Amino acid sequence: MNMRIHIKGGRVIDPASNTDREADLFIANGKIVGVGDTAPAGFESNSILDATGCIVCPGLVDLSARLREPGYEYKATLESEMAAAAAGGVTRLACPPDTDPVLDEPGLVEMLTHRARLPEFAHVHPVGALTVQLEGKALTEMAELHEAGCIAFGQANRAIVDTQVLLRAMQYAATFDFPVWLQAQDPFLAKKGVAHDGEVAARLGLVGIPVAAETIALATILHLARETGARVHLTRISSAAGLEMIVAARAAGIAVTCDISAHHLHLSEMDIGFFNAHARLDPPLRSQRDRDALRAGLASGAINALCSDHTPVDDDAKQTPFDEAEPGATGLELLLPLTLKWAQEMKLPLVTALARVTSDPARVLGLDAGQLAIGAAADICVFDPRAGFVVTRDALRSQGKNTPFLGLELPGRVRYTLIDGHLAHDGAWG
Amino acid sequence: MSPVRNTANPQLNAHGELQHLLTIEGLPRDVLTRILDTAAPFTEVAEREVKKVPLLRGKSVFNLFFENSTRTRTTFEIAAKRLSADVINLNINTSSAAKGESLLDTADNLAAMQADMFVVRHASSGAPYLIAQHLAATGRDHIHVVNAGDGRHAHPTQGLLDMYTIRHYKKDFSNLTIAIVGDVLHSRVARSQIHALTTLGVPEVRVIAPKTLLPTGVERMGVRVFNDMKEGLRGVDVVMMLRLQNERMQGALLPSPQEYFKSYGLTPDKLALAKPDAIVMHPGPMNRGVEIDSSVADGKQAVILPQVTFGIAVRMAVMAMLGGANA
Repeated sequence: MNMRIHIKGGRVIDPASNTDREADLFIANGKIVGVGDTAPAGFESNSILDATGCIVCPGLVDLSARLREPGYEYKATLESEMAAAAAGGVTRLACPPDTDPVLDEPGLVEMLTHRARLPEFAHVHPVGALTVQLEGKALTEMAELHEAGCIAFGQANRAIVDTQVLLRAMQYAATFDFPVWLQAQDPFLAKKGVAHDGEVAARLGLVGIPVAAETIALATILHLARETGARVHLTRISSAAGLEMIVAARAAGIAVTCDISAHHLHLSEMDIGFFNAHARLDPPLRSQRDRDALRAGLASGAINALCSDHTPVDDDAKQTPFDEAEPGATGLELLLPLTLKWAQEMKLPLVTALARVTSDPARVLGLDAGQLAIGAAADICVFDPRAGFVVTRDALRSQGKNTPFLGLELPGRVRYTLIDGHLAHDGAWG
Repeated sequence: MSPVRNTANPQLNAHGELQHLLTIEGLPRDVLTRILDTAAPFTEVAEREVKKVPLLRGKSVFNLFFENSTRTRTTFEIAAKRLSADVINLNINTSSAAKGESLLDTADNLAAMQADMFVVRHASSGAPYLIAQHLAATGRDHIHVVNAGDGRHAHPTQGLLDMYTIRHYKKDFSNLTIAIVGDVLHSRVARSQIHALTTLGVPEVRVIAPKTLLPTGVERMGVRVFNDMKEGLRGVDVVMMLRLQNERMQGALLPSPQEYFKSYGLTPDKLALAKPDAIVMHPGPMNRGVEIDSSVADGKQAVILPQVTFGIAVRMAVMAMLGGANA
């Protein structure tokens, strides 16, 4: 059936067009056909969604969400995590290649994108492995993987130790203008490290990861980006010094983009408290000064995007001493609330804050998405900014229940999520 | 913003009494003093013909050692037995952990055997916290946890016995200069000593080590950092030596035990820079000729063997206070 949806009475915020006004939204055939007070000529809705008191914005675009398939279905499944995405207003996401098997063969990527092609599922963009098995030795068949649906190539959290291989991988990707997504962390300086090498690690006796692990790896990547002309996106930067290097590199003409996780936007090493394994994250939570620099950098746009870094971890892998705990936290359902919280605390206009989770990450993906233009896909998030959301295990749709934000009340509750005009989440009565 | 749930110090109960002993950090001065005061009469128990008091009669103390340590385990065992407790020793290195049982499964199983107290040693920093938090979350906080050394984090009974020793010889903490010498980076003993000394009001706590053996930002724990041992020992009242693990003597941290001894070994020459009545302490086991010269270790300023004796009394005091708090 051809759904013609009228989203009525909301406040439309579309960062791509710098729009923030009361307006209705009209959808037909999965596309946006009108924004304004009156329906386009001939439009007759067969479904009305009441958005009174709500904000209507583009569905969120998340640059890193682990779906755990294939291989880690005991941690999460496509079904559980797609329900989480819809509940969180996320309509498009990129997933890193560190599955089991690793996303280094076209067949695996095709299987994943095929499985993900359900109307209520967010659009899934796999990031293909840059090297076979993520081992940092041999290049993957990037052209084939690209045809199978990979939008970029990366190493997840695993470094390429051999700089010769890193250079070649970037050269090869640049040949086809494929984006290269890299996390900057020197594996030697990070060896056995579980926390920021600072005050808290010193006190708790945890093995530290110095900021230099990030800056040294960044220096290498930035030099090679200049050499090769590869389109580099730096994932999950964690330090003020790292951000400064990226800003300086841009000023010197190297076109790099970067993102941070929502955890690093709000938390610091202090949040480890008494060995709270929920705060065991990769990269580690750094100092408050670092966190404040990241908050400002995201506000100014020096950091291009905010991502959830959604990593469902099973309880057994967290109910261990801090240094044995698996890093990561669930995040898809917290991305919007944590964005809103940051916007409130920084007194940012919502149109700016929401840009970092909609149009800006879409631009990093190289896609014409994350916007409410006429003719665009109707990927939409309708949320009540005044309703609160208490983070509890039961409230989370994700199979991953572990997050450092458990027990906290966060602003923003998603009412409706539409994907290609399909109502993927209806939280009106939730 | 601080969303972390488990920021409450789990060591103290609602009345401010000691529920567990997990670290010295954050314990009020009067709690530390009370432990030392409680330990004093227990030193006499050892001199009696019947070396036992009935304070923990009928209680079961489980020594859960996930990391080998004959010495610490033995002192806890003696302390518990002198309090008339039943003591069960488990070297989990060689049993459950090898079969893949998780730390909390092990704790659950032993709790089901009506344990009253767990004495825990583990190679991971924070492991005793995990057990204490788990017991609280499952309504079994009548079981007390004593940290017998966790990773690099804490060894609170060692810190306390060191305080007992210092108080025994120096009476007052408020006019002392104390140097901790050696591998602070990897040392749970050093961290516990630093917290205890600063809490008890020692005006100057120094750490002396090469830069490779100091944690980043150690000065924020309230210590003065010296890289030159001679400079650091000048005028101190107490020298607290740390053990250097064999595997750290040669490699990227230090070039050789010989070179370490030359710069950071406690020799009579270097000790002469301290006050004439300075005492020398070591948590044991010692590496003679690496961190300490034999003539110092066996010399008249050394109080290393009294430390061991006091250690039993201090552990008795800790277990008696915990067992009594919720008996």
